[in-house]
Amino acid sequence: MRSFFSALLRSKAGLFGWIILSIFVLAALLAPVLGLDSPVRGSLSARLDPPTWTGLFSPGPHPLGTDQLGRDILSRIIYGSRVTLAVAAAAVILGGIVGVGLGIVAGYFRGMTDRILMRLVDIQLAFPLMLLALLVVAALGPSLRNIIIVLALTSWIRYARIIRGQVLAVREREFVQSARAIGSGTLRIMFRHILPNVLTPALVVGTLELARVIIMDAALSFLGLGVPPPAPSWGRMLADGRTYLSTAWWIVTFPGLAIVLTVLSVNLVGDWLRDYFDPKQRGLK
Amino acid sequence: MTAPLLEVKNLSVVFDTEGGTVHAVNDVSYTIEAGETLGIVGESGSGKSVHVLAMLGLIPRPPGRIVSGSVLFEGRDLLKLSEAELRNIRGGRIGFVFQDPMTSLNPVLTVERQLIEPLTRHEGLSRRKARERAVELLDLVGIPSADRRIGQYPHQFSGGMRQRVMIAIGLACSPKLLIADEATTALDVTVQAQVLDLVRDLKKRFGTTVIWITHDMGVVAGLADNVQVMYGGRIMERGPVRSIFKQPHSAYTWGLLRSLPHGETRLTKRLYQIPGQPPDLTEPPVGDPFAPRNPFATPRCFTETPPLRQIEGMAPGHQVAAWYDLPALLAAEQGTER
Repeated sequence: MRSFFSALLRSKAGLFGWIILSIFVLAALLAPVLGLDSPVRGSLSARLDPPTWTGLFSPGPHPLGTDQLGRDILSRIIYGSRVTLAVAAAAVILGGIVGVGLGIVAGYFRGMTDRILMRLVDIQLAFPLMLLALLVVAALGPSLRNIIIVLALTSWIRYARIIRGQVLAVREREFVQSARAIGSGTLRIMFRHILPNVLTPALVVGTLELARVIIMDAALSFLGLGVPPPAPSWGRMLADGRTYLSTAWWIVTFPGLAIVLTVLSVNLVGDWLRDYFDPKQRGLK
Repeated sequence: MTAPLLEVKNLSVVFDTEGGTVHAVNDVSYTIEAGETLGIVGESGSGKSVHVLAMLGLIPRPPGRIVSGSVLFEGRDLLKLSEAELRNIRGGRIGFVFQDPMTSLNPVLTVERQLIEPLTRHEGLSRRKARERAVELLDLVGIPSADRRIGQYPHQFSGGMRQRVMIAIGLACSPKLLIADEATTALDVTVQAQVLDLVRDLKKRFGTTVIWITHDMGVVAGLADNVQVMYGGRIMERGPVRSIFKQPHSAYTWGLLRSLPHGETRLTKRLYQIPGQPPDLTEPPVGDPFAPRNPFATPRCFTETPPLRQIEGMAPGHQVAAWYDLPALLAAEQGTER
């Protein structure tokens, strides 16, 4: 644990990523106790109020202004982050379980199993993921559960590919042979002996996937196929606010900034984790 | 006489590769009595490891293929058992110790988890019971403060300690037969000696039958009751340790023994080196596989494969696969030198 923090202090980018991400996660977790305005009920008398600090006329205490329905933008961003982060985390974990599982199966059995699974991955990678997501959401209807399933569906392939490659190497290591020699069965070897050896790359893929899934979630909401209203979501805030861009810039600017900062911080954390877990990178820089 | 613990009959193993079929093990037959320690010696590619791995279904199939033979262990033919039945034997009745303790332990699992696995698997012990037994085992193989060390990861152990852990895993379920494949090869000489002492001690206490596979004649001399010398996938010579070291009958064994430094070997003298290369087993040579490298080879060695048999003047139990009479030839050579 101490080496974790000292390694973190040595990387400015990693530290920055962790701090920003922690702020977002904390804000999301603590949203109900922060004393925010309601993210869904606005007052029409306060519509399109600019942020308080701009010095423009602004009656209410709205640090980031209000939208076209008079709803507080800060509150909507924070409540929106709850939905976004929960959906993204659930999708990445679900996709990770499926992807890592199938990756281990493909890498361990090789042969026909491997060929079928990897061609499936190839086909899905060749197919525009956004289009796939749109199709599935349009067919199943936008609900929290469906969004998570769709995002997981676009996510498992990346895990499967990378984990398969790792397993191909790990399965040839001698401890696999010695596990077989003490009578371990196939399932036990795959998930007890090989799985722990590929968890690190899975974790790194997971963080990078988290960033991608957040963007995709925002894109789906922007297109009106995200988590249905009234739940606030960053993508829909962008979509709703874009007609006011010339008169009320704050409606789209702050949710956009939230997306950029979250994705950036997740990516930085992912990069940092990759370096942290790669012993060859340690001690460099 | 009771039935032998292990009886290998006419075992042949091949590997189908792109370059052709490799005949890795050719018509190997032998028996091991309960309580015996058999040393199997040979150079790389002599089939010594492959044939024991094949017995237990541990070679990858394909490309590996068992062409013929039977392996009777406690009255059952291992080659006819299903994978599930074999799994019950592996690690239970037959324990294994692998060559490289650095890579044979899973680096991300604690020693405890790896040691407990055969115990819960074969003996049906609960985790708590298994842990107690595991600590005892570690203690038995001479790991100090076993109770604390058991929770550690393999990288926290030294090479010799790790090999002790491997031995503990191999012995976990009190196997009838322990197979050690080059178990001391990766260790320092001093650590090697300690591990050999440990094995001798454990053998004495539990009467375990041991197959010790090595390329080191010295290790065999100190540990085994019987030696079996393999070359080109065949058994060249087999017999009691003393008899083989005193009077080798195969030119290959003779060459191996001559290439070892002795107490009296002078530093200025070059050690003997067996000329030539091991045979290409994709096209196994006709006749005696060692013939092309054998200074004593007779014409018959190149045409006909010699059977493993006892020839006149050999100690009981000592057998050789050779057409020539090595002791006689050596005696004649010495006579001419003088």
